[in-house]
Amino acid sequence: MEAVYPLTFAALLFSIGAYGLLSRRNAVLVLMSLELMLAAVTINLVTFGAIAGDGLLTGQVFALFVMAIGAAEIGVGIAIILLIYRNRASVNIDDADLMRY
Amino acid sequence: MSGAAWLVPVLPAASALVIMALGRKMPGGGAEIGILSLVVSFLLAVGVAIEVFGANVGATTAGEGTAFVHTAAFQLAPIGEGAAIDAGIRVDGLTAMMFLLVTFVSLMVHIYSLGYMHGEERFTWYYAVLSLFTAAMLLLSIADNLMLLLIGWELVGVCSFLLIGFWWESKHNSDAAIKAFLTTKSGDVGLMVGVVALFGQFRTFNIADIFAMVDEGVQAGGAPLSEGLLSFALIALILGVVGKSAQFPLHTWLPDAMAGPTPVSALIHAATMVTAGVFLVARLYPLYSATPAAQATLAVIGAITLLAAGLLALVQEDIKKVLAYSTVSQLGYMVAALGFSYTAGIFHLFTHGFFKALLFLGAGSIIHAAHSNNMRDMGGLAKVMPRTFGTFLVGTLALMAVPPLAGFWSKDEILVEAAAAGGYTGSLVLVLGAIGGLITVFYMTRLLYLVFAGEFRGHGHPHESPPSMTVPLLALAVPSALIGLANLPVAAFQPYAFSAWTMHSLEYWQTHPIEFNLPVAAVAVALAAAGFVAGRALYRSQPLDADDPMRKLGPATRVLEERYFLDHLWTDLITRYIVRDTAGPVAVAVNDRFIDRIVYWVGAGTGRFGQRLYDIFDQKGIDGALHAVATGTWWTTARVRLAQSGNVQLYAGAMLAGVVVLAVVFAAG
Repeated sequence: MEAVYPLTFAALLFSIGAYGLLSRRNAVLVLMSLELMLAAVTINLVTFGAIAGDGLLTGQVFALFVMAIGAAEIGVGIAIILLIYRNRASVNIDDADLMRY
Repeated sequence: MSGAAWLVPVLPAASALVIMALGRKMPGGGAEIGILSLVVSFLLAVGVAIEVFGANVGATTAGEGTAFVHTAAFQLAPIGEGAAIDAGIRVDGLTAMMFLLVTFVSLMVHIYSLGYMHGEERFTWYYAVLSLFTAAMLLLSIADNLMLLLIGWELVGVCSFLLIGFWWESKHNSDAAIKAFLTTKSGDVGLMVGVVALFGQFRTFNIADIFAMVDEGVQAGGAPLSEGLLSFALIALILGVVGKSAQFPLHTWLPDAMAGPTPVSALIHAATMVTAGVFLVARLYPLYSATPAAQATLAVIGAITLLAAGLLALVQEDIKKVLAYSTVSQLGYMVAALGFSYTAGIFHLFTHGFFKALLFLGAGSIIHAAHSNNMRDMGGLAKVMPRTFGTFLVGTLALMAVPPLAGFWSKDEILVEAAAAGGYTGSLVLVLGAIGGLITVFYMTRLLYLVFAGEFRGHGHPHESPPSMTVPLLALAVPSALIGLANLPVAAFQPYAFSAWTMHSLEYWQTHPIEFNLPVAAVAVALAAAGFVAGRALYRSQPLDADDPMRKLGPATRVLEERYFLDHLWTDLITRYIVRDTAGPVAVAVNDRFIDRIVYWVGAGTGRFGQRLYDIFDQKGIDGALHAVATGTWWTTARVRLAQSGNVQLYAGAMLAGVVVLAVVFAAG
């Protein structure tokens, strides 16, 4: 099996996610970019799991874990964004500088 | 019993502490504790005395062996080069004798004070100090080294100060206490010098070690004994004896010490305090007997004292002062006797202890009844106070040296030894001692007639004292009458006598036999009889004040009434004129102009220097460094904190950059 395709795909996906994470000002888009990066990692896990080919399917099982953690993370992230929106009527991530020195 | 001898001083000391702590809550005010502890101490002292007596009689009858000595010690503190301060006991005949005398007299005084001090405000305190006083004297007696002896000696001084000034509300009494303390202290300077000189010579405080070294004729390091240095030390010690045992010319404190309660006077005069000086000489007698210069000093001081004090007793109107001067006089006999003979000196100490305690307690009983110390307010007391009169008469006859009462044997022994010694000192002591005997009889006759004969001249109705006071009198009258027989000068009896009991070495006992000299005794008795006849002739009619023959002697009376002007010498000339008027102003001027000036300069300079130091070192140095650290921290953080922008994307970017850097590093590695 050609592992280079899924890995290249995952690298592309990760790069797009990283770009979006750093460049977007909309908090929802930032969160979506984060999900892209998670998806890239999941693909990597599945790919390397298939290459290793162990009987326990560790890679696939961990991919499921990552999805579950990602879902939970999105839940928390969306909750935070909603609260910030209610307080400031804005989802611009530059406005959310509560943690500033 | 000598193994338990250490308990003898410890018990009264412990009782003093218990009385101080709990006495006020006890039904008897603490007196019962003091009496109980002294009863036990007395019984132990009797046990020790019997043991020593048995051992010493064994040696004297066999004609070989050594005098009994029991020692035990432990080290308190090392003081370098093998020397140390020890706490040890030395029980021998002398200790046993002092134990018996001190515990017995003190017990009598304790019991007597129940009546005499009844209802006194500081009753408990009185008993506490009385017990401590006794304990201090017993400690002094049992000490096996000079340091411990010195501690007992000073404790005795402190306790006497407290007791003489017991009624300190009156300025007169507290003055007397201060005088007693300071006078004995000035003698103690000599004592200190003597003890240190002995230590310097022998590098030890231990008495037995010093004896052994003198016996071998060596001093510290095996060098041959320097007799000059030893004489110096012993004569310096005599200065302490002069202060403590009230010898001329430092005797002036003792009559003033009458300001204390009368039982305390009895204790001070008979058993504790003044006997300490005589005891010290007796304790170091092997050293004194090796040093003729020191012995001659003792004999001369004693001879002067016995006569000078006896004369002073002639003009006193206060019954206690007559007795006080008679004590000084008798102490003179003891010290003079120690110039020739160990046994004669301490035998007189022993007998005098009993009859002088009796006389003082009797005087206390009389004062209790007549409510006055002055013999002018007495008279006719023989009829109303028969028990006091009878016992007082026994004590007086003993003091007068009437045979066969106690005083006769001991005083006769002194005269015999002086006659046997011969030479200047021997003759001096013999002649002055014989005259002193006459004077003693004379002033005691005067006292008896003024106090007991005729009609009562005071106020109120005198009555006999309670049994707690008369029983000790009776108990003391017995030894006062009979104790002289303990040293009967009969060759066959001597191995069982006082001299054998208290000997410090068998050799000394064998070479210094106690003898009877009929001419000396006959002359002494004849002089005593003459003194009595003269006293009776002059005082039968109880002349008082201006009629008193002793007041008609012109300048002699004045000299005696002014006590040889010694008090004027001490207080007026030395303290007032020299110290206050001459040395004082000079000292003040020197102090003001030089010492104070220097101190001021040093002080001001130090202040200024400190201010500079503060400005430069503290303000600029230390404070500056602290400020720099604080400012530096502030400046740095003001820049570092800019990284905390709060921008999540900036953080994420930094994190990614870090990951990339790590990835490159790992890939390259």
